[in-house]
Amino acid sequence: MDITEFYDTFFEEADELLAEMESHLLELDVDNPDVERLNAIFRAAHSIKGGAGTFGFEALQRTTHLLENLLDYTRRGELTLRRDIVDTFLEAKDMLNDQLDAYRQGGEPDPEALERICETLRRLALEELGEDAGAEVAGAAPAAAAPASPAPPADEAAAPAHHEAVGGGGRFQVTLIGVADKDRDLLVEELAQLGDIEDQQSEGDRHRVVLTSSLSGDDIEAVMSFIAEPEQLEVRALDVAAEAPAATESEPETKVEAEAAPEPAPAKPAAPAKAEASAKNADGGKKGGESTSIRVPVAKVDQIINLVGELIITQSMLNQVAEDSETVNDGALVTGLNLLQRTARDLQEAVMSVRMVPMDYVFSRFPRLVRDLAGKLNKDVELVTEGKSTELDKGLTERIIDPLTHLVRNSLDHGIETPDRREAAGKPRTGRLTLSAQHQGGNILIEVIDDGGGLNRDKILEKARSSGLSVSDSMSDDEVWQLIFAPGFSTAEAVSDVSGRGVGMDVVKRNIQAMGGHVEILSTPGQGTTTRIVLPLTLAILDGMSIKVGQEMFILPVNAVIESLQPRAEDLFSMAGGDVLLKVREDYLPVVAVHHALDVAEAITDPTRAIAVIVQGEGRRYALLVDQLVGQQQVVVKNLETNYRKVPGVSAATILGDGSVALILDVADMHRLGQSKKENPVFGARNRARPVEEVEPS
Amino acid sequence: MSQATALQTAAAVEAGSQEFLVFSLGDEEYAIDILKVQEIRGYENVTRIANAPDFIKGVANLRGVIVPIVDLRIKFRLERADYDDQTVVIVVNIADRVVGIVVDRVSDVMTLTAEQRKPAPEFGLSLPLDYISGLGNLDERMLVLVDIEKMLTSEEMALVEEAGE
Repeated sequence: MDITEFYDTFFEEADELLAEMESHLLELDVDNPDVERLNAIFRAAHSIKGGAGTFGFEALQRTTHLLENLLDYTRRGELTLRRDIVDTFLEAKDMLNDQLDAYRQGGEPDPEALERICETLRRLALEELGEDAGAEVAGAAPAAAAPASPAPPADEAAAPAHHEAVGGGGRFQVTLIGVADKDRDLLVEELAQLGDIEDQQSEGDRHRVVLTSSLSGDDIEAVMSFIAEPEQLEVRALDVAAEAPAATESEPETKVEAEAAPEPAPAKPAAPAKAEASAKNADGGKKGGESTSIRVPVAKVDQIINLVGELIITQSMLNQVAEDSETVNDGALVTGLNLLQRTARDLQEAVMSVRMVPMDYVFSRFPRLVRDLAGKLNKDVELVTEGKSTELDKGLTERIIDPLTHLVRNSLDHGIETPDRREAAGKPRTGRLTLSAQHQGGNILIEVIDDGGGLNRDKILEKARSSGLSVSDSMSDDEVWQLIFAPGFSTAEAVSDVSGRGVGMDVVKRNIQAMGGHVEILSTPGQGTTTRIVLPLTLAILDGMSIKVGQEMFILPVNAVIESLQPRAEDLFSMAGGDVLLKVREDYLPVVAVHHALDVAEAITDPTRAIAVIVQGEGRRYALLVDQLVGQQQVVVKNLETNYRKVPGVSAATILGDGSVALILDVADMHRLGQSKKENPVFGARNRARPVEEVEPS
Repeated sequence: MSQATALQTAAAVEAGSQEFLVFSLGDEEYAIDILKVQEIRGYENVTRIANAPDFIKGVANLRGVIVPIVDLRIKFRLERADYDDQTVVIVVNIADRVVGIVVDRVSDVMTLTAEQRKPAPEFGLSLPLDYISGLGNLDERMLVLVDIEKMLTSEEMALVEEAGE
């Protein structure tokens, strides 16, 4: 067993513990803290400390140790919580994250930062417990003015107090089974930190350590399981303190073992030991909480998705063969094929759902951000999240975090006003920021809603003019709001470290477009702004419309298609420079012929014999000329860039029922391609598909 | 790789020799490192890619993986580039990518010892010298040893996105 193999496990677990700690800290009611919550926070710190000690992550261990002591006082009610104390805890938690990252990258954490946080925690211990815990701090309190030297005693003194206080302590025999010598030393060292080692003995591959600890058997096991496999570890209570039910309950054979333990039985055969260990495991599973989830690398899931995609292609191939052949009358074959089809679809759906994670994964990081930022900006903000359980593809959730963070910062900085200003405007002093997510068809709708001042139309226009953008006063609100997505655009009165540098909104837009989505802004002066992000649920499958041009088959994303029609000669208008406009009801739409943009041979060149598919991409509507609409189907999206490169006008590829590859057209890019293929590009009418909506006051 | 091939390869490496897959383009015989070859398949079901260079025939489905297909005969302006039932695609693994190359035919797998491998001549070949790692001398036959990885990742192949794009 090489201990470094377990680093990753530790890092992942510690990450989770820290996230858990943070969410508990944030939800903590300062005036009336929930004991269970405090315990949970304490346990998280404690487990991290244990692991850190084992792996020799000293900085991490020191910080968690100090934090743990404070948390211990808190949960025992000796330290009264205040908002600023919670802030300090959060700060310490951040520091732990940083330290963890440093270790993860194989480095050492910043020693200055370490000293700083340790100092903060020690001072907090001194100041807060100086009176309450005067006896324990043992003379440290009077020296509070000179915090440097008295700190260690406070820290030392706190430890025994903690030992006495925690119920469930006692003597334990910890047996390490089949652990290599060098790892054993580490484990014993770790045990020494949990309590006092009275005695230890080695016998064969078993190493027994008798330990007096204030912790319960469960705790010891929890800490040790960071490094040792469950089957390598046995923890038994010897003379258990009266109130240690956890340890006794879980160990029905305690009595027998306790008698045998002090004088190790001479030749204990290895086999029973093994059996015993596994029996122990079975029963350990119960108290460890049967894990209902497993960690799987995304690459593995993707591989399964790939294979299921293949299965579906094969299945549709079989269907095609059956339809074409004469055996179609064979009832059993048809039934079997239908069954196969249904199962394959179900399987695909099930596999796709593996990739889906709830939006909570994204939203859960915002309470902290909002709290910190609001504090920094002296604003009172309440964060409301809606639709946390809405599911989204994992790949997308990770990519949505940055844009969303940016939008939230913007809303806090520019949107929501200071409490005084809000009061003057007749609004509650506390601003409200809502993050919501909901499904809408094949899309997810994510909204950032603030009840702040709204966007200032005049200011945006003025700023746009001064930055040289072409604007006019007659632009619709929607068009004006879109201006803030222009690169380098910022109307913030002062550049703060929160926002206002003018980088960002354009990046936000670009990121979201790269995910196949788009952003809309709705804003009402005095009532707030809503930024709406519309994203496809997943990038892995797509509802496609298959079209035929010449002999070639292409796929259009259905969500980009608005309608299709056969153009009449009188609705087509040729413009100078080769542009053609198609009149659809009251709109004139530019026409892009697929055969022209993609050089397809043998295609229908007469527009009145072709089909015009009205599509919308990047807020622009135009007509795509194709020969034939073939049908609609779900397709598995395959990246072209894995083995090839980006192809203009094409977003990805897919595999059709006959095993051949079809390209998926990129609607926005097709328009550009159509334009660049003309000698004299004339930009057609820009049309907004959606009317400006009113913001509902929240 | 089968166990037998693995053993052969091991033995070959010991003797300072290397195994090559031999294929022909027009009248010339070429050879590439067999370890770069993933499989050999027929030329079928290739989907054209618009606005790509003519030697990129398109993309094909290789058990769920989209693979670009390059016709070396067109790229190096050989007289004829016919597609018949002998036309094969050698699927190679280079620089973490899978690429199919179209050749006239694949003849066999050869082991060349160090003595049989000679430096490349200065001129007289259809392929640019940059991509040729040497010549193989095998009785009466001359094999042109191609550095397939270097060739397919080169800029002129337009297979790989240029840096900074």
